[in-house]
Amino acid sequence: MFNEAEHSVFLPHDRLAALLAAIRDGGWQCVGPRVEQGAIVMAPLAEGEDLPRGLQAEQAPGQYRLAADARQRYFAWANGPQAIKPLTFAPQESLWRVVRTTDGALAFEAVVPEAPKLAVIGVRACDLAALALQDAHFLRKDRVDAQYAARRAQLFLVAVQCAVPAATCFCASTGDGPTPTAGHDLALAELDDGFVVVAGSAPGRAVLQGLDLAAATPAQIAAARAQGDAAAAAQTRHLPGRDLREVLMARLKHPQWDAVAARCLACGNCTAVCPTCFCYAEHEMPALDGTSSLHARAWDSCFGETHGHLHGFNVRPDIRTRYRQWLTHKLAGWHDQFGRSGCVGCGRCIAWCPAGIDFTVEVAALTGASGAEGT
Amino acid sequence: MSTHPPSRPRVAVHKFSSCDGCQLAFLNLGEDLLTLAARVDLVYFAEAGPLDVDTEVDIAFVEGSVSTPEDLERIQRIRAHSRVLVAIGACAVSGGIQGLRNSVDSASWVAQIYDHPAAIASLEHSTPIATHVPVDFELWGCPVTSTQVLGVVNALLLGVSPRDDADKVCTECKRQGHPCVLVTHGIPCMGPVTRTGCGALCPSLGRDCYGCFGPAENANTNALSVQFARLGLDAQAIARRFQSINSQAPVFRLAAERTRTAGDE
Repeated sequence: MFNEAEHSVFLPHDRLAALLAAIRDGGWQCVGPRVEQGAIVMAPLAEGEDLPRGLQAEQAPGQYRLAADARQRYFAWANGPQAIKPLTFAPQESLWRVVRTTDGALAFEAVVPEAPKLAVIGVRACDLAALALQDAHFLRKDRVDAQYAARRAQLFLVAVQCAVPAATCFCASTGDGPTPTAGHDLALAELDDGFVVVAGSAPGRAVLQGLDLAAATPAQIAAARAQGDAAAAAQTRHLPGRDLREVLMARLKHPQWDAVAARCLACGNCTAVCPTCFCYAEHEMPALDGTSSLHARAWDSCFGETHGHLHGFNVRPDIRTRYRQWLTHKLAGWHDQFGRSGCVGCGRCIAWCPAGIDFTVEVAALTGASGAEGT
Repeated sequence: MSTHPPSRPRVAVHKFSSCDGCQLAFLNLGEDLLTLAARVDLVYFAEAGPLDVDTEVDIAFVEGSVSTPEDLERIQRIRAHSRVLVAIGACAVSGGIQGLRNSVDSASWVAQIYDHPAAIASLEHSTPIATHVPVDFELWGCPVTSTQVLGVVNALLLGVSPRDDADKVCTECKRQGHPCVLVTHGIPCMGPVTRTGCGALCPSLGRDCYGCFGPAENANTNALSVQFARLGLDAQAIARRFQSINSQAPVFRLAAERTRTAGDE
């Protein structure tokens, strides 16, 4: 991405609003970065609303703080607690409704989700990689998830290259960033005065055509590419390999599982912010008058009690087995299911862990390699 | 098959030592209260009606802790006349805020506060209902929510076990999309050790959870205490986080004792 072989244009900063307007003209509602409760969250953008500018997200294990970006860029923050996942895989929703008819029989009806055309502004390369994995899970040929599929089909994705990785980022080592390569409709690389923009789909090209933008200069393209390389080189954390299946499965009795269990709160925050985690639990919501019931689902976590509950006993009664389940599924089991690891290096599980557990350090301790520098 | 049982289940709502706040979960139901009233026969409601502990009922909701000599006798009579007994709220399930007196010389408090301490008939300890009689189901919370109360009534009406969600507050907080307040503001949120059910009310307002729903399952209070210390809380301050609404819940009581002991060393 961002090379002279492809057609790229330059969008000056003062025309960012025009890009959003063109997307809206295409029928998409815009969701994008907004500062809420001390973090960058993805929220609906009102028409004419400015994106936050001049912000960075300083991240460390168990810590997230907004800070000033001297260059006044729009996308100098690496990421927030969530990006695409809640928009496609809803945190809680109803799947079907059952009604008792007058003759006493049960009638089932599907709950069809509302799925407006949605443009997501400012997704990262790691988010796109995670989306591809969620697609592999929810859009399996023989078992398409209707709710997910309805919302997924309506997405228009505006990706932005990460120029300022957080200290928690390690996408370069998983091969998923920091420059977007696939899955976007538009890909942006932000420079000090605007964006190098490349279309990745027919809808993306159509949006760009209406804006009448000049071609990006070779110097601008080179600057975009160079800053992607620099952002990759600046990452201090990494995983020791892209396929850790064998090495992890050979260490199921490693003492490090006990060491991490002593620090782990089993709160499930890591699984909630993980852009690839897809577990949910289903439950019944009967109406009070006894005549109908909604069958609903909600995000679940392998750190919860019921996740490991089988008939009569629990296969994962303690934190040690739950953490081990999460990490080995993510880095080992996914290879069997999806042909790659389930980690895209976004670092959210590190920053948003209230106990400050560093995923890369745990993996390093388990595999006998070094994770973060200086740890 | 009829949608209504032939006779409506008889329901009673009893009160022990408490602030009456959990009973408000019924009164706050609004229109749902009318729907509920059509499905059950509300024979006794402490907050709203007459009192008869010896009436036979199908479901007895019990608010409050056992705190006086009279309570000791009354809870036995209620149990004897109730098919299903549901303890509702922090007082009924852990002893409540008044349980703070369990670890001090409460007689000296009474002497300091009342002109005629001898007129106060109070047990030395405030204890949960389950200490005295078998309890079929417990609803945690201070106060419990209308959703919890409706959930348990509905399940019992349908003849299924009520859903017992003992996950952490974090689970619901993340579903609602709130950035973690401990991570973004560095405030000592109890969410990671506290039982869900409140709808992540405090974090949704940028506040740290104070544990009013009691301990979640597998609550790692040690790990959270370590993190609270990193946030700058001393041993006393950490212990106080666990000594609030549910100070007598064993997991929280132990966490407070351990923190104080470690702080003294």
